[in-house]
Amino acid sequence: MVLLLAVVPYVLYVTGNTFWLDIFTRLVILAIAACGLNLILGLGGLVSFGHAAYIGIGAYAVGIPVYHETYGGMDAIASYNGFVHLGLALLCCAIFAFITGVISLRTRGVNFIMITMAFGQMMFYAIVSIETYGGDDGLTIDLRSELPFINLDSPLSLYGLCYISLLVVVFLTYRIRNSRFGITLQGAKSNEERMNAIGVNCYKYQLTAFVMSGVICGYAGFLLGNFTTFISPEMMDWTRSGEIMFMVILGGAAMLWGPVIGAVLFIVLEFVLSEYTVYWHLPFGLMLIFAVLFLRDGVTGAIHGLSSSGARHQS
Amino acid sequence: MNKLRTAVTVAAAIGSMAIGSQTLHAADQVKIGFITTLTTGAASIGKDQENAVNLALEHIDNKMGGKPVELIMADDGFKPEVGKQATDKLVKQDDVDFVAGYIWSHVLLASRKSVLDAGKFLISANAGPSPVAGKLCHENFFSTSWQNDQTPMAMGETLNKKGVKSLYVMAPNYAAGKDMVAGVERTFKGEIVGKDLTKWGKDAQLDFSAELAKAKASGAEGIFVFYPGKAAGAFIKQYEQAGLKDSLPLYTVFTIDSLSLPKLKEGGMKSVLGSSMTQFWSPDLDVPANKKFVADFREKHGTYPSFYAAQAYDSIMLIKSAVDAVDGNLDDMDAMRAAMKKADFPSVRGEFSYGNNHMPIQNFYSRTVVEDADGNWTTEIDQVVLENHQDVYAADCSL
Amino acid sequence: METSILFIQLLNGLQLGILLFLLSAGLTLTFGIMDFVNLAHGALYMLGAFFCATLTLYTGSFLLAVILAIPLTALAGFILEKLVVQHLYQRDHLDHVLATFGLILCIDTIVHSIWGPEGIAIPLPEFLNSQVELLPGIVFPTFRLLIIAIGLAAAAGLYVMVNHTRVGMLIRAGASNRTMVGALGIDISTLFSGVFALGAALAGLAGMLIAPITEASIGMGSDIIITTFVVIIIGGVGSMKGAFLAALLIGLIDTFGRSFLDDLFKLIMSGEAAETAAPAVSAMLIYILMAVILAFRPQGLFPPLTR
Repeated sequence: MVLLLAVVPYVLYVTGNTFWLDIFTRLVILAIAACGLNLILGLGGLVSFGHAAYIGIGAYAVGIPVYHETYGGMDAIASYNGFVHLGLALLCCAIFAFITGVISLRTRGVNFIMITMAFGQMMFYAIVSIETYGGDDGLTIDLRSELPFINLDSPLSLYGLCYISLLVVVFLTYRIRNSRFGITLQGAKSNEERMNAIGVNCYKYQLTAFVMSGVICGYAGFLLGNFTTFISPEMMDWTRSGEIMFMVILGGAAMLWGPVIGAVLFIVLEFVLSEYTVYWHLPFGLMLIFAVLFLRDGVTGAIHGLSSSGARHQS
Repeated sequence: MNKLRTAVTVAAAIGSMAIGSQTLHAADQVKIGFITTLTTGAASIGKDQENAVNLALEHIDNKMGGKPVELIMADDGFKPEVGKQATDKLVKQDDVDFVAGYIWSHVLLASRKSVLDAGKFLISANAGPSPVAGKLCHENFFSTSWQNDQTPMAMGETLNKKGVKSLYVMAPNYAAGKDMVAGVERTFKGEIVGKDLTKWGKDAQLDFSAELAKAKASGAEGIFVFYPGKAAGAFIKQYEQAGLKDSLPLYTVFTIDSLSLPKLKEGGMKSVLGSSMTQFWSPDLDVPANKKFVADFREKHGTYPSFYAAQAYDSIMLIKSAVDAVDGNLDDMDAMRAAMKKADFPSVRGEFSYGNNHMPIQNFYSRTVVEDADGNWTTEIDQVVLENHQDVYAADCSL
Repeated sequence: METSILFIQLLNGLQLGILLFLLSAGLTLTFGIMDFVNLAHGALYMLGAFFCATLTLYTGSFLLAVILAIPLTALAGFILEKLVVQHLYQRDHLDHVLATFGLILCIDTIVHSIWGPEGIAIPLPEFLNSQVELLPGIVFPTFRLLIIAIGLAAAAGLYVMVNHTRVGMLIRAGASNRTMVGALGIDISTLFSGVFALGAALAGLAGMLIAPITEASIGMGSDIIITTFVVIIIGGVGSMKGAFLAALLIGLIDTFGRSFLDDLFKLIMSGEAAETAAPAVSAMLIYILMAVILAFRPQGLFPPLTR
C-alpha cells in the first residue's frame, strides 16, 4: 500500500495522466483527514459528525491571507508565506476544537454526534455569511502557499508533500495508539466509569484527543486548499463530515491503516460508479448498507478476519 | 501488510485501467465538454440544457468546420467542488477543445481557472457573476447569457415605467441573491420598504409564511422576488395561498420560466398569470432562429424551452461560428477568438454584440405571464426596457 | 399593526412547530424504544409527499390521497424495518448513522428515477386554498390552520395511545426496559416493526401536509432531518413530551428569528451590518440554541426518567 501510493502517481504523471495524479492527491489528503478523525472516533469511541468544519478552516486559512495579500486589507494576516498559512490553520483549528470540545464532551452518544454537527453547521453558516470571502460562492485561491524547497505549483511536489504528510500522520497515530495516552483513551472508550473510578480524568484525555484530531483535519484542509485552489463553504457541510466518517468505518476504525484504505476505496468507488451512471448513489448507498451489515470491522477487518480468524481486534 | 493484497490488486487494476483508457487527442473532431446539473432537484435545468444542446447539434448535422463533433456531458452535482473535478477531467483527461455550460455562479468561479489555465475556451451558458465580467475577465472566456445584475436592473426600470412607488424585496441569502437585490436597487427609483434574505443552501428555507406576513403588513405596492429552482414553486404557492395577488402584485426575475410554469399550471397557481418579469429572451421573440428553435424543441419535448435551454443552444452555435471561421483548424486560437468576438451567428435572441469583457450587449424585455392559445402557460413580451445594454462591470475589465 | 403581525407570526411558528413535532414523534419513538438512530426518517417524509402527490393527481382529491397515502407510507416503513433496520438494533449508533445514510442515498435515487428530478406540485381544493379572517385585520391561510389542527389532533391521539392503551403501555415499558418486556413474553419483533411503521406514517403525514405549501421534491427529507434531530435532542432523546415542547420552541424561535431579528439588530448596529448579520444569525439560531441547552443540560430539557 505504502509503495503503491508512492509509485503509481509518479508513473501516472510521467505517462501524462495528470488527471489521475489529481485523484491520488485528493485521495491522500482525505486519508489524512480520515486518520485525524479516527483518533477521536476509533481510539476514543466518540463519533464526531462535524469534522468537515476543520478541513474548511484549514483551507480558508490559506485562502484568506492570500486574498488579503492580493487585494489589500487585514495586514496582520495578509501573506503568501506557507508557514503563516499553516500556523493559522493549526491554531484556528486548535482553538475551535478546544472551545467546541469543552462543551461537546459533556454529552455522550447521539447527543455528542448531533452537537458536533451543530457546531460544524454554525461554522458553515458563518462562512456563508461573510461576503468578503465569497460567501456561498466560495473563494478562489489565486496563489498557492510559498514554502522553502517545495514548489506547490508542481503537481508532483504537492503530491510528494501530501504523501509524506500521510506517512507522518499514520506514524503519529501509531505512536499515540501505543502510548500511555492512547491506552487511557481506549480504556475510556470501553468503560469510562471504571477509568474515572481508578482516578483517571477521562474528560481531559478526550479533550486533548479531540483537539489533536481537529488539528490534523485542519492540516488536511491546508493541503486541500493548496490542491484545489478553490474553497467553498460546501466542503464544511455535514454531509462531508459524513463522508469522512464513512471512510473511517469502511476501512475499519479499529485498524491503523483502516482510514487510509477506507479513503482509497471511497474515492475509487465514487469515481468508478459515477463514470457508469448518474444514478451512482444507488449502488453506492447499497454498498454502504452492506458494508455496515456484513463487514463489522470494515474492509481491513474482513481481510484480517479471513486470513487469521479469531484475532479480529489486533492490528 | 501482505494481508492487504486484495486491496492492492484492486487499486492496481484501477490504475492500469486509467492508463489504458487514456484517449489521445484526435484532431479530426471537435470535442466539446458541457457541464451542467444532471443530479439533485436542479437536474430539470440540466436536462433542458442537454435537450437544447442535442437539438443544436442536430440542426447543424453534428458538424463544425467540416469535422464531426464529440459532445461530453458532465454533471456538477450542484456543488462547486464536484463541478471543478468534472471540469478538470474534461480538460486533463478528455482533452476537449471547448468547455461550455455552467448554470451556477459558484461552480463557474470554482472551475474557470482549470479551463483558462489550460488554454481552452470557456463558454458560460448561464452563470454571470460580477467577477468574470469585471476583474477576472479573460480573453478565452465568452458568455451566451448575461451578467447577473442586468436582468434585475431591467426589472427596476420596468417598475419605474409602471409607476410603482414602494417595493418589498425577497431573495435567498447567497451571492446571486444579493446581486439580484443590488441590481433592482440600482435602477428602481421608488422606496424599498422591506427586504428579506432567506436561508439558502442545503437546508434552504422553503416556508415563507413569516416573510409574506411581513410583506403584506408593509403596505408595499409590489413585491420583487428572485427564487430559482424548486424554491420558485414553493414561493408562488404560498403567495397564492396568502391571497396577495391583488394587494401585492408580483415582479420576478429568474423565478418563473418554462420549467416552472407547467408545474404551476398543474398546481392551479392562477395568481402567477399577469405577473411581470424581465429577460433577454422570450419564447415568442420574433427572430427566425428562435422560431425554429422553439418550434422544434416543442415538437420534440412537448414543452416550451426555458431560457437556460436558449442559452445552451446559443453556446453551441457560438462555438460553431468559431470553428467554421478557421475551417476546423482548432490550433488557431486567435482566429477562433476573433470570430467569436463578432457574435456572428444566428442567435435565438436576435442580433447582439460582445463587449470588451466578452459579455453580450443586448436588449432586455419586460414580459407578462399569459395563457397561450392551446391553454399552455407561457410569457409574452411587452416592450424593450433596456436597449443594447452593457453590464456595469465591463469598466473593471482590462481587456 | 404590530400586534397583528406578532399574532400571525405566532401562528406561523406554531404551524412549523407542529410539523416538526409530527416528524420528531416517530424519530423519538424509534430512539426511545429501539435505541435506533434513523437518519433515513426524512426519506419517509419525502416518500409520504410523493405518494400523496401522485395519488392527488390520480384521484383528483387531496384529502382522499392523504387517507390512502398514510397506510402506504406506513407499509414502506414496515418493509424498510424488516429488510434493513431490524438487523441493526444490536449495533452501535455509528452503524445506524452509516446504514441509514446509505438508505437516504438509495431512496433519493429511487425517487429520482421514478418521479424524475423536478418536484411535483400538489393542487389543493378551493376551500383549502383560501384565507380566513380570524380576527378583524388578521387573515391567515386556511391550509395552515388545517396543519395546526391535524398536528394537534395527532399529538392528542399519540398522548392517548401512549398513556391509555395496552400498546402504549408496551411502548412505555419498552422505552424503560427493553429486555424485561421481551422476557415477559411480548413479541418484541412485531412491536418494533409496528412502532417503526407508526413513526413512518407520522413522518409521511408531515410530508403530505408540507407538500402543498412547498412541493414534493428530492432532498426535502435530508433538508429537514437535521432540524428534526435538533428538536429531539433539545427535548431529551426518547421523550414524547420533550419532542412536543421542543418542536414548538424551535418552530417559534425560527419564525421569530426570521421576522424580527433584523429589526432587533438595527437597534444595536448600523442598518447595513444588521442586514448582513441577521440572516446569518437566524440561520444559525437553532444550532446555537441546541449548543447552549446541551452545554447546561447535556441530556436535553426533558430526558426520560429511566434509560
